[in-house]
Amino acid sequence: MSTTTAPARVRPPREGGVQANRTGTRIFLAVFAVLWIFPLGWAVLNSFRDYKFTSVNGYLSWGGFTLDNYKNAWDRADFGTHLVNSAIITIPAVILTLILSCCIAFVVARFSFRFNLTLLGLFTAANLLPPQALLIPVFKMFSKVEVPEWVSDSGTLLNTYWGLIAVNVAFQTGFCAFVLSNYMKTIPKEIYESAVLDGAGVGRQFLQLTLPLCRPPLAALATLEVTWIYNEFFWATVLLTQGSKFPVTSSLNNLRGEFFIDNNLVAAGSVIVAIPTLVIFFALQKQFVSGLTLGATKG
Amino acid sequence: MAKRYKGINQLSTGDKALVALMIVVPTALVVGLVWIPAIMSVWLSFTNWDGLGSFSDAQFIGTKNYTDVVSIYPPFWPAIQHNLIWLAVMFLFATPVGMLIAVLIDREVRFTRFYQTAFYMPVVLALALVGFIWQLIFSRDEGLLNDLTGSTIDWYGDPRYNLWAALVATSWRHIGYIMLLYLAGLKGVDPSLREAAALDGATEKQTFFKVVFPVLAPINIIVLVVTVIESLRAFDLVWIINKGRNGLELISTLVTANVVGEASRIGFGSALATIMLLISSVFIVIYLRIVMKEDAR
Repeated sequence: MSTTTAPARVRPPREGGVQANRTGTRIFLAVFAVLWIFPLGWAVLNSFRDYKFTSVNGYLSWGGFTLDNYKNAWDRADFGTHLVNSAIITIPAVILTLILSCCIAFVVARFSFRFNLTLLGLFTAANLLPPQALLIPVFKMFSKVEVPEWVSDSGTLLNTYWGLIAVNVAFQTGFCAFVLSNYMKTIPKEIYESAVLDGAGVGRQFLQLTLPLCRPPLAALATLEVTWIYNEFFWATVLLTQGSKFPVTSSLNNLRGEFFIDNNLVAAGSVIVAIPTLVIFFALQKQFVSGLTLGATKG
Repeated sequence: MAKRYKGINQLSTGDKALVALMIVVPTALVVGLVWIPAIMSVWLSFTNWDGLGSFSDAQFIGTKNYTDVVSIYPPFWPAIQHNLIWLAVMFLFATPVGMLIAVLIDREVRFTRFYQTAFYMPVVLALALVGFIWQLIFSRDEGLLNDLTGSTIDWYGDPRYNLWAALVATSWRHIGYIMLLYLAGLKGVDPSLREAAALDGATEKQTFFKVVFPVLAPINIIVLVVTVIESLRAFDLVWIINKGRNGLELISTLVTANVVGEASRIGFGSALATIMLLISSVFIVIYLRIVMKEDAR
């Protein structure tokens, strides 16, 4: 490595120091990593333990393993319904977010209009605004917008999945448009030039040239957005007034009352809610990491 | 079929309509659901709208909402204080720790993948869920912390401690995020810079502070902005603990409580929302200037 090229007279004293340093680093990292895994590991461990056993022997004991907490948590918290609700919200929201952000990113990257930068800024900034600061107008707008009966039994956008999906899409499009436009700008203009010569219109350029080339960032963004929208808590909590409509993340708040004392049930519930995101994370870690760094560390 | 080539940006009428559509649909959504509400929050903060009638019933009352909020709204100053503590802890504790871990992982050759996964894992969990997971540690009767120390403190309930418990839980997640941002930044640092510094006899510490850290300047600013904005938006964790009361008041929870809570005070809520918008917009402008510098040329 690079140290071998260093002058010999400098090496001996430094080498020893570096060695000790390395061991220190390893111990430090290992201790911290274990510390970091611990809270989740603790939840997993206790989710498999019988409540009666731990209340008698305390949590610092061993034994009392059971699967009942999962069954009870699943039944009492109605996770089946809430996970379906999460899917109803997350899947359309992610698809719409990606479609709309592809459109904006394509226009911004492909054409040099004068308002391009302003447009991109408008989207990127929207993603960074605190959602709570927009709550009052959005809440009141939704409660005033009248929609047909088949969309909502209450007759307004409040308490509908449509409204919630729209808000999520509006917020997330900014981030995706920003990442995608950066990526699309790296596509050489010459490719479009020959397409134009062949008589391909904007639609064909978009669908047959740009989008296939954008598979890597789209995969990364889809991974991130599924996690983010699944994890979204604020809008779902305030815009859905009916507890049974809550996606699983917001329904956590309801569990609080149900599980008021039984920590092992809380643990099982937490693990159930964490599983979808953890599966995505472990399966698609590369996409996950590249998506975040694409967005934040460019430039 | 073959049209005469008029340049790469040639657009037929149909194409023009398509491009217009590609701009108008997403823009309408973002303007309608983000920017118009943002402007309305500011406008409502200067009116006495009761939240029930139509918007046109609102009457302009100047800065009365603001003077009321700072003078006769008891949770306001605690909320400001809590937000500032939150920011300080994220900035002075979580960010340096995240950076330190990133630097150490970056130097390490073995198990980097494992370390990265371990530290990053909490970031994929919902903040609301993080609150739940830490309840197993902070709970008064069954929590691990009290089991180990023998204390009887209600970490989530006692207003003397619950902000700090929430900060520990949120740091667990935030540090992983910061670590990832710095790790990506460090990977981008030209290795020849470090080699040159090593050849000149610089210690690792000197190399980091004098060579690597300055190169990371854009990331430092992005991390600063992300930290400020995330501290301002902090909501989920606190709401899951006790809906932001009794020691956990934050500006974001006050706004929410003023809309969906028992006492609906639109004026107060809007004034608080405007304060949030004002603070965040300063940092959003800084952020945009950095990430778009290249584009502006």
